[in-house]
Amino acid sequence: MTTETGEILRVSDLRTYFPVRSHGLIRRVIGQVKAVDGVSFWVGSAETLGLVGESGSGKTTVARSVLMLVRPTSGQIVIDGQEITHLSPKALMPMRRKAQMIFQDPYNALNPRHTVGGIIGAPYRIQGIEPPGGVRAAVQALMERVGLNPEHYNRYPNEFSGGQRQRIGIARAVALRPKLIVCDEPVSALDVSIQAQIINLLRDLQQEFGLSYLFVAHDLAVVRQISHRVAVMYLGHLMEMAPRETIYTAPLHPYTHSLLSAVPIPDPKLQKGRSRIMLEGDLPSPIDPPSGCVFRTRCFQAQERCSVEVPPLIELAPGHHVACHFPVATLPAGMWTARAMLEAEPDVPVHRPQPASGQVSSAQLDRLPADGRPDSTRLRPKVRVGRSR
Amino acid sequence: MTTPGRPAEQPFLEIKDLAVAFPTEDGLVRAVEGVSLSIERGRTLAIVGESGSGKSVTAQAIMGLIDRKIATVTGEIWLDGQELIGLPADDLQALRGGKVAMIFQDPMSSLHPFYRVGDQITEAIKAHRSIGAKAARARALEMLRRVGIPAAERRIDDYPHQLSGGMRQRVMIAMALINAPELLIADEPTTALDVTVQAQILELITSLQGEFGITVIMITHDLGIVADVADDVAVMYGGRIVEVAPTGVLYAQPEMPYTLGLLSSIPRVDRELSKRLEPIPGNPPSPIHLPLGCVFQPRCTYWDRVAGGACLSVRPDLLATGAGHLVRCHLPAEERRQISQGVLNVVAGGS
Amino acid sequence: MAAYIIRRVILMVALLFVLTAAVFALFTILPGDPARLTCGKACSPQTIEANRHRLGYDQPILTQYEEFLSGLVVGRTYSADSPQPIVCNAPCLGYSFTRHEQVLTLIAAAAPTTFWLAIGAFILWITTGISLGIFAALNHGRWPDRLVMGISLVGYSLPSFFIGLVLIFFVILKLSWLPFPSYVSPFDNPFQFLQTMILPWIVLAILNTAFYMRLTRNQVLETLNEDYVRTARAKGLPEGTVVVKHALRAGLTPLVTAAGMDLAYLLGGAIITETIFSLPGLGALALSSVLESDLPLITGITLVTSTIVIVANLAVDLLYAVIDPRVRLA
Repeated sequence: MTTETGEILRVSDLRTYFPVRSHGLIRRVIGQVKAVDGVSFWVGSAETLGLVGESGSGKTTVARSVLMLVRPTSGQIVIDGQEITHLSPKALMPMRRKAQMIFQDPYNALNPRHTVGGIIGAPYRIQGIEPPGGVRAAVQALMERVGLNPEHYNRYPNEFSGGQRQRIGIARAVALRPKLIVCDEPVSALDVSIQAQIINLLRDLQQEFGLSYLFVAHDLAVVRQISHRVAVMYLGHLMEMAPRETIYTAPLHPYTHSLLSAVPIPDPKLQKGRSRIMLEGDLPSPIDPPSGCVFRTRCFQAQERCSVEVPPLIELAPGHHVACHFPVATLPAGMWTARAMLEAEPDVPVHRPQPASGQVSSAQLDRLPADGRPDSTRLRPKVRVGRSR
Repeated sequence: MTTPGRPAEQPFLEIKDLAVAFPTEDGLVRAVEGVSLSIERGRTLAIVGESGSGKSVTAQAIMGLIDRKIATVTGEIWLDGQELIGLPADDLQALRGGKVAMIFQDPMSSLHPFYRVGDQITEAIKAHRSIGAKAARARALEMLRRVGIPAAERRIDDYPHQLSGGMRQRVMIAMALINAPELLIADEPTTALDVTVQAQILELITSLQGEFGITVIMITHDLGIVADVADDVAVMYGGRIVEVAPTGVLYAQPEMPYTLGLLSSIPRVDRELSKRLEPIPGNPPSPIHLPLGCVFQPRCTYWDRVAGGACLSVRPDLLATGAGHLVRCHLPAEERRQISQGVLNVVAGGS
Repeated sequence: MAAYIIRRVILMVALLFVLTAAVFALFTILPGDPARLTCGKACSPQTIEANRHRLGYDQPILTQYEEFLSGLVVGRTYSADSPQPIVCNAPCLGYSFTRHEQVLTLIAAAAPTTFWLAIGAFILWITTGISLGIFAALNHGRWPDRLVMGISLVGYSLPSFFIGLVLIFFVILKLSWLPFPSYVSPFDNPFQFLQTMILPWIVLAILNTAFYMRLTRNQVLETLNEDYVRTARAKGLPEGTVVVKHALRAGLTPLVTAAGMDLAYLLGGAIITETIFSLPGLGALALSSVLESDLPLITGITLVTSTIVIVANLAVDLLYAVIDPRVRLA
């Protein structure tokens, strides 16, 4: 049963707070860690939404909250048309058939005392489903599909490499043909030469089974490879959400620009000549986040308005949502966006991707109301432009 | 890798045929074998490899951190005219933290949780010179400021768990550079950090290198970092060096199929999106049961092009293929270059 | 940090309170007539009744408990209305009718012996245990390690009375290296004090050294693999500093716990060792009080030894905060 919009997952104003207790004699709750503070997004059918952010952004908490592994404080989560936040653990069981998770650490996510066959076959037993031909046959078919040798059915996880263990986890997640899989940094702990294998596997499975992925990761290059749309988080808030190529070639949020400029490009000619947007300082505390826009303390163009008013997530172009009072398409001289880099002249001929349709051009930005442009009087700049050697 | 036009001089660091082996219950682990490298003073060498490639063990061998009661270390390491492997333990100890310093991957676990940050730095100072407590503390404070820690006068008395990841790594850098080392080995210094913090830390290392004239060995698995900071690159696989080249050359014309495979399989933000990544098939080798012949052969797509199946039985040598460019591969040079160009064109042009 | 200390102290006081109730309940509500135990075999029913009244055992339980508690704080007088009131000074732990003495006096007389026994043995086993443990850890897997571990296993498994008797037999009787133990205060005759105490110290130490050796070895082995030890070496610190200041210190917590509890336990009296070596300590006192069914004395000793354990617990908690700064915020 899918909704009319074909959405598998819709999250509305999700907030997950963790209580902080005092260190005094009586442990009162004195504050909240606002891990996720008002996040809304959706994932369509057979689509991947990449959720990127650095540590403290809240992306892992979002992943866990969506599957109710952590209880959200407020907000709505609708999976395949069913709202789940108010359901008891028992009532959540049917949902778990439709939504599964793949975890980050392949060395800790599998019970070392269970055989591989047992691990992959567990979903059938737990949900009380008898696949045609029996559990064992189904498990072995799955093993083969994910690139494992079906004869290793009775082996234990410690006999497998990291990449293979991740395949086991994937097989387990896919066993019941769910509609949504939440992937929590599934390749971060793997060697570089194995990452590509796993990414390909995930893409193939998506094609074959019509899966939707909520792909949480910090590696922007990996996310680009697998996502159709990308959402960027910072300190519990969604900063920008757009189709993939738009985020990478024409982002509008200062944080997205900063993130992209920080990713080192494996091309010495491009990378060494590049200027970067250096974010000064550290992440603010999620217990006491900055007023207004949470990114303003590190933003290179923060204005007074940013400390007063929380910028809402507005759709500036079809499918392109930005939470910023002063979205920026062209950076000040010397700072390079991904697009600017592509217009440089590297030695190896590079195919220049065409800008995705519907993205906001500078001309369009000019036509925004007056307070959409950076003020000429600036607060003290928060950026140092770093030039690599 | 001497700069052309200058009289040949001794490289600052020269490693000759380094081999490190550990006996274990399952067999002898040959972590590093036949590694030879050299670096000029003031340059940055990146050592690239995945887990099990032997890059960290090589670094630890240079630092003399390998327990000789457990492992066998053979070969020669010449640092500024002094051989290190044969050096008595006391002299090695004087070098560590003095002339040669190292920073590690995880700053949280690499700093002692029970001691204040300032005390850990002054400890490093006092280990190498006799200096009063006040003077040592003043130097530590100055260094903390230099590495960009805000409110250093307060931070100096903090414990590691009170600092963020980026700040801890800065403390580690301060601790490593406090005795003005001539060689800095950075073992995956930014792997545990966010990408924006990574950019800060890399820039810090680079600027300090320029200021103090330090030679840097950067160990990493991230080819983007290599492109960013390295003058020269050594690629390691299965405990061996399989390719060495100046950075530009390595990226433009990698000749070892492993390097080629890495460059063409990593996801990127700058190029046209390929419909499908071309991963290197298979898994990294077990350091106990290394393949006979070329260690990369089981995963190599081109081994069958070599006459007589040499890749299966003969270990290739590290041979020169261009100026400062060495490759360990049986394929004839011309064929390697053709393959390399072909693959890179496909990758760049989008599939 | 201050909040941490205050919280711990308050917990301790509460615990002590609960302790007094538990001890009191244990000994007063037990089956058997406490008054009957106050005199020996030749006991007339009148004496028993008189004693019952004098000791206040005829009063309701709660009143008894009240008097017990107030006695601890300000002292009490037994049978104040009779012509021979017995004054029990604060803190009144009770009055022993069999020995006609305040329990407090008896305990105070026996305590120093136990104290010296415990402290001496403690220092001995801590120094040998930890150094041997470090030695074993540094020689991990090689024969010195195995030898040390093997010896420790033997020492651990032999019962203390066996070791004690064997030592007495050989050292005192056969070889006459030492005279028969006869306790004197170290301030009166230090030489004789040492001669008396050396064997009991060794007996207690042998038992515990084994345990501490193992514990230290395991802790050091674990911490030697930690990243911060690698950093310490990379800084060029001498190996000795690395092992003690970095590895050992990091692994100290379980050692502190064990040491605190073991010392506290010993301070309450090492019954077997004291008996074998005829040392007039708390352990010997406890034993004889049980054999004589001297209820007030048993109660008093129980109270004292339990209090020592609770206070030691607090001391250990405070030590954690000194060792591990992360604990101070908890």
